[in-house]
Amino acid sequence: MTQTDTRVGPATAGPAPGPARPFWTTRRRDHLAGYLFITPQLLGSVVFVILPLILVVWYSLHEWNVLAGTFDFVGTDNYQALVDDPNLGAVLRATGLFSVGLVVFNLGLALLLAVLLNQKLRGTILFRTLFFSPVVVSLVAWTIVWGFLLQDNGGLNSLLDTVGVDGPNWLRGEGTAMLSVIVVQVFKNVGLNMVLFLAALQGVPADLYEAAEVDGASRLRQFWRITVPLISPTILLTSIITVVGSLQVFAQIAVLTQGGPGTSTTVLVYYLYQQAFQFHHFGYGATLSIVLFAIVLALTVLQWQMRKRWVFHES
Amino acid sequence: MSRDLSRRTKLVLYGVLLVLAIPFVFPTWWMVTSSLKPVADIFAFPPDLLPTNPRLDAYRRVFELQPFGQQYLNSLYIALLVTVGTLAVSALAGYAFARIRFRGQNVLFLVVLAGLLIPSEVTIVPLFQMFFKLGLVNTHWPLILVPIFGAPSVLATFIMRQFFISLPGELEEAARVDGLGRFATFWRIALPLSRPALGAVAIFTFLHSWNLYLEPIVFLSSPEKFTLPQALTQFVDAYGGPMWDVQLAAASMTALPVLVVFVIAQKQFVEGLAHTGLKG
Repeated sequence: MTQTDTRVGPATAGPAPGPARPFWTTRRRDHLAGYLFITPQLLGSVVFVILPLILVVWYSLHEWNVLAGTFDFVGTDNYQALVDDPNLGAVLRATGLFSVGLVVFNLGLALLLAVLLNQKLRGTILFRTLFFSPVVVSLVAWTIVWGFLLQDNGGLNSLLDTVGVDGPNWLRGEGTAMLSVIVVQVFKNVGLNMVLFLAALQGVPADLYEAAEVDGASRLRQFWRITVPLISPTILLTSIITVVGSLQVFAQIAVLTQGGPGTSTTVLVYYLYQQAFQFHHFGYGATLSIVLFAIVLALTVLQWQMRKRWVFHES
Repeated sequence: MSRDLSRRTKLVLYGVLLVLAIPFVFPTWWMVTSSLKPVADIFAFPPDLLPTNPRLDAYRRVFELQPFGQQYLNSLYIALLVTVGTLAVSALAGYAFARIRFRGQNVLFLVVLAGLLIPSEVTIVPLFQMFFKLGLVNTHWPLILVPIFGAPSVLATFIMRQFFISLPGELEEAARVDGLGRFATFWRIALPLSRPALGAVAIFTFLHSWNLYLEPIVFLSSPEKFTLPQALTQFVDAYGGPMWDVQLAAASMTALPVLVVFVIAQKQFVEGLAHTGLKG
């Protein structure tokens, strides 16, 4: 996007003689229109995004007591508390585990479904609709239903019983709680990535496969050598969306496990919520917000670096 | 499109697709059918795929236990208002950033784009304090204003900008030559052409607002102000255990209308989301 100005006149041109030019030239009108059009979004961004981001730093240096109505400067106390926080390691570990698990399962399944739906087969539209449908089901409703299916005497364990397997208490076990939360979330939203992959797959020219077929390349080899490189921009895009989305997970944790058992599913946003809004440690909550922001920022920068190195072509 | 498949391969593929579809379809099916069963039957295994004696008892109790009608209206009017507001804000800004040249454009675009990097969870603490000082906690204002003007609308603005850039500009230029002003050009020429993008933005904005959970539980404290996701988790007995039949009835009422709209308009839903701006 470049700023083009075609009205560059000779440098010596002074005020035009004769009748005065109207103040509202087309160019001035354009500038005004531009500013007016973006004003709601720009003001909104400043008030609800930029200002809060500055305030979050300010609040992290203070302790706010809502009940007593006090707001005291505490210096770097909250940062010291962060370093000393015995839970922080577990929280970051849970956050990382959730994000990695979600991205791997989500992208893997999305790609598998997209490849299956990209076959010459009747009824793929029906299956596309079915796989996509959880995306439009209310998040908390979806989570409540899975919460029931995953309880100790719930649907999944009854099903496992019939094949002679004694299923664990999925949401209460140290190892299985995180897995359950990830799987519930993958089934909820994988349809979105599936649809993006499907659009990308349909953009791969068929003659590339024909040429590879002539050369005797196996299906699997064709997939890795032709399909994956050609859809790599979509893989990158979906991975960015999915990673940033995974850091925002909250409702699923709140409904399914409340961060437990222990702190095994206490991801950063849930911990932030607990500290700020359940224990009313607003200053510490603000400090945790900065940690969250730093992680999002670092991951985004990292992924843009990867884009340069890995992505095969850019349109 | 891929190659022709043998009959055998097709059968295998159908089998795989059917098995894979179970975790996507069964929960919703089970939610709706169980909400019509007595509690004892909900736990039966194997589950009855259809309720043997369907009853609406749980649906009646949803409205007795909570002001569910009011909560439904809250969610609906907030989501509709946020959708219309976001469409207006993002279409205007997206159009200006794509089509109009004005001083400082690039810098201002970057300022707006920063919202993409700052998830609303990062700013929830200062936003709470801001609305607290304005006396707007336990009102719907934060759930309306922040999405329309804040981080969520930035993605919409970005998508609208990408769409307008991809739109051929000849019609608009012709209209401008004929003396149409900027706003009239936008309103009468560009906007009618951008219906696919507006549709996609409307869909994901509505769903985002309808699903919002963290913000309502942070900002709202009285049941008659609650939105649906928050209300769904409140159907618990005296010991804090969930009342499954009632919860499932409320969940069904929350999920079904959106699901029905989706099934009717699934082409627009899926293709709109896949082809609009999100392609990167």
